[in-house]
Amino acid sequence: MIKKLLPHPALTVTLIVVWMLLANQITLGGFVLGVIIGIILPILTSPFWPDRPRVRFGPATWFYLALVLWDIVTASFQIALIVLFRRSKDLRPAWLVVPLDVRSPEAITMLAGTISMTPGTVSCDVSACGRALLVHALDTPDPEAEVARIKRRYEARLKRIFV
Amino acid sequence: MDAGPVEILISAILVVGGFFALVGSWGLARMPTLMTRLHGPTKVTTLGVGSCLIASMIYFPAMQGTFSAHELLITLFLFLTAPITANMIAKAHLHRQKRGLDAEPMDGIADSLPESGVGTGWATFAGRLTEPSDPPR
Repeated sequence: MIKKLLPHPALTVTLIVVWMLLANQITLGGFVLGVIIGIILPILTSPFWPDRPRVRFGPATWFYLALVLWDIVTASFQIALIVLFRRSKDLRPAWLVVPLDVRSPEAITMLAGTISMTPGTVSCDVSACGRALLVHALDTPDPEAEVARIKRRYEARLKRIFV
Repeated sequence: MDAGPVEILISAILVVGGFFALVGSWGLARMPTLMTRLHGPTKVTTLGVGSCLIASMIYFPAMQGTFSAHELLITLFLFLTAPITANMIAKAHLHRQKRGLDAEPMDGIADSLPESGVGTGWATFAGRLTEPSDPPR
């Protein structure tokens, strides 16, 4: 019963929070409307999510978010330095292939998004079978070390969040 | 009018944000190829916009006594859309380069793009590269 009414509890909570933030004030009416939207939308969209990802909301998740935020800040400084002071011919751009251990599409999407937002890398494509990511790096002296860093720093942590 | 410490803080954050937005745009303009150009806007400009949002989040409670949560939402939507936009641009670029629609080859896509190494090709080219005689439109 509860499974039928709330097929996707995390989505329900997200929708209520986003709705309250959009309304920009905490009122009972706004909350009720948010709850209605948060219940109806997951039911209407549940055909789009045949295999719901099981996400673990724990310290690992919050630590991952904080890590990514921190990396975005440091990434900006690195890229800003390259943009300002590196001559174009001294750049060492490279294509990286990141073999994937995570399998769920949601985890791969999170990883690709993280790669795009963090130091010197933009994810461009995924292999047709979903087992490798194509990543472009702006400036890498050592492509293999960069791939290892992505796998160690982000993918290993994502594996613990998406179970 | 006296500038209080809060105003100085807000101004400093705004200046830093403006600086990063400028650097990101400068990177877009000066980098040599499309793929290298993508790096500035996805990262540096994000921090620039983020700084302006932080300044706004300090300004409204401190100066006007009202709290606004819209900045958090803007941050959320920015983080959702920036990687996807970059991905779409990169995919379009991969297509144009592989099919020779661009006059000059860039980023080594046509000749030295690495294989995926897992048995299947890249999803962007799935079912496409088998017909290289496809006429350019």
